[in-house]
Amino acid sequence: MVYLAAGVLLKNPTLLAAGILGTTGASMTRMIRNGAGGVVTKSIGPVPVYGHANPSMVTLNADGGKGQTFGYLNAMGLPNPSYGEFKQEIEFAKKNGDAPVIASIFGGDSKDFTAVAEGLLPSKPDAFELNLSCPHAKGYGADIGSRPCHVEEITAAVKNAVDVPVWVKLTPNVADIKDIGLAAQAGGADAVVAVNTVRGMAIDIYSGWPVLGNRSGGMSGPAVKPVAVKCVYDLYDVLEIPVIGVGGVSCFEDMIEMMMAGASAVQIGSAVYENEHIFTDVWSGAQRFMKENGYAFDELIGMAHRRK
Amino acid sequence: MAENCRCFSGGFPMNAKIIEVVDETKTGKRTLLFDKSFENMRPGNFCMVWIHGADEIPLGCAYENGVTFQAVGPATNALFELKAGDSVGLRGPLGTPFTFPEKGEEILIISGGIGAAPLAPLAEKSKEIGADVTIILGARSEADLIFEERFSRTGKVLLATDDGTKGRKGFVTDVLAELDPAKFHKIYVCGPEMMMKFVMKLLIEKEALSKAEFSMERYFKCGIGVCGACCIDTLGVRVCKDGPVFKAETLVDSEFGKYRRDASGKRIPY
Repeated sequence: MVYLAAGVLLKNPTLLAAGILGTTGASMTRMIRNGAGGVVTKSIGPVPVYGHANPSMVTLNADGGKGQTFGYLNAMGLPNPSYGEFKQEIEFAKKNGDAPVIASIFGGDSKDFTAVAEGLLPSKPDAFELNLSCPHAKGYGADIGSRPCHVEEITAAVKNAVDVPVWVKLTPNVADIKDIGLAAQAGGADAVVAVNTVRGMAIDIYSGWPVLGNRSGGMSGPAVKPVAVKCVYDLYDVLEIPVIGVGGVSCFEDMIEMMMAGASAVQIGSAVYENEHIFTDVWSGAQRFMKENGYAFDELIGMAHRRK
Repeated sequence: MAENCRCFSGGFPMNAKIIEVVDETKTGKRTLLFDKSFENMRPGNFCMVWIHGADEIPLGCAYENGVTFQAVGPATNALFELKAGDSVGLRGPLGTPFTFPEKGEEILIISGGIGAAPLAPLAEKSKEIGADVTIILGARSEADLIFEERFSRTGKVLLATDDGTKGRKGFVTDVLAELDPAKFHKIYVCGPEMMMKFVMKLLIEKEALSKAEFSMERYFKCGIGVCGACCIDTLGVRVCKDGPVFKAETLVDSEFGKYRRDASGKRIPY
């Protein structure tokens, strides 16, 4: 069975999120073999970027660090080899994997975005995901993605340049995410992806230093899931286009919850840290849950909205 | 792991003070010993060493409480500036370590340059287990040799230097060519990739590759298996988590010896 989500035929509705194991075609292929229903690449831009200094990702744990991992903090700094060099990685994943490959792209303005999208088109990505939400790259990501007018203009420009679906990944670090979602829809987006990481920071109290090389970054993992669920819920309310849920999904229960909030599919990122077969585990658990409770897949999407 | 460790599965840096600086050579190879120990360290593990204000880099664990490195770039140069009493952040022990030999087994360790760092504790542990250890220890010259004494306490050391200032003049492969690998149960290799490439070629010729484990090096970003910066073609495995130690057979037909990726993900041919 295949799932049509946001204009793309997925092998199953669990996708590898952008920025996770998406630097090489071989790695994305491996995630497809591990059960991902589709993969989103590392965000690719117009010129090579080497990223922020390390540490670029740490885990966050309860009880002064000794307890359970409740989240992750990262600031990679959009490292990427630029679209010219990256085409071969998409081609590899398309050739060796049997699930769609969605190209995540970023830029400083609509000209950058269209140049990257057009540059990657020959490698035949199944869709584009516009990174208008990275919280720690000056002049990129959330810097432009928190302004509805830029989001609409950039979305429209990419839609005009490509003939495959265009998804827009949103930042939760705004006063009202609905405004940004509506702007993406007005620009012609085929779906929104909610959410990118939540701005955050951690300080090593034994040295006094901010832990990330970039000093602050974005938080992911279990603790951001309620933030993501609320964003998905709000977006589902106001949008005509599908919402893809991402943020802290690490078990099938999280996926079902995300769908009940309004997600048509989910993306999984940081949870690969604990379990690289997470896609298979989440999707088989979700299927079992649906069977046991007599739910159809479509019936689950937005179910919480109808409970009142 | 130390009791005040904030480091869950190596995820968050633990502040550690440098208690001793040991210059292993006069050519910039140095060991730093810390006031905290990775008691669960296994030879082949690495740790991420955070030099405050500079960078965080992977270094092989040469001791439960120490790393041995060579000053080769901005991060290692910054680390070289630190003195006893200064502190760094440590995450570890990380990665997949070497497989231990069994009691009575004959093992061969092939070490090139700074590759000795994770191999020295392996030699010590192997001797402790009761394995019979032979080491081929290679370096550019006598002045670059490290851990000769440490290795010689564990077994028979066969030396090779490029310029012949100590031991045999030539490469580790010249020594290996004259050995019969059939007598060894396990072979462990760490060193510059070009050296390992020629070791692999010889081991294939001598039909001994299945006994070998290689420790790989790649650019690490997150260091904990999430970002994908260190994935190698064409299996897509992560050097930081699935490695750095791999069964040599899995590296045949990979990017090993052909190219690596820089911090942007661009392929850099060897």
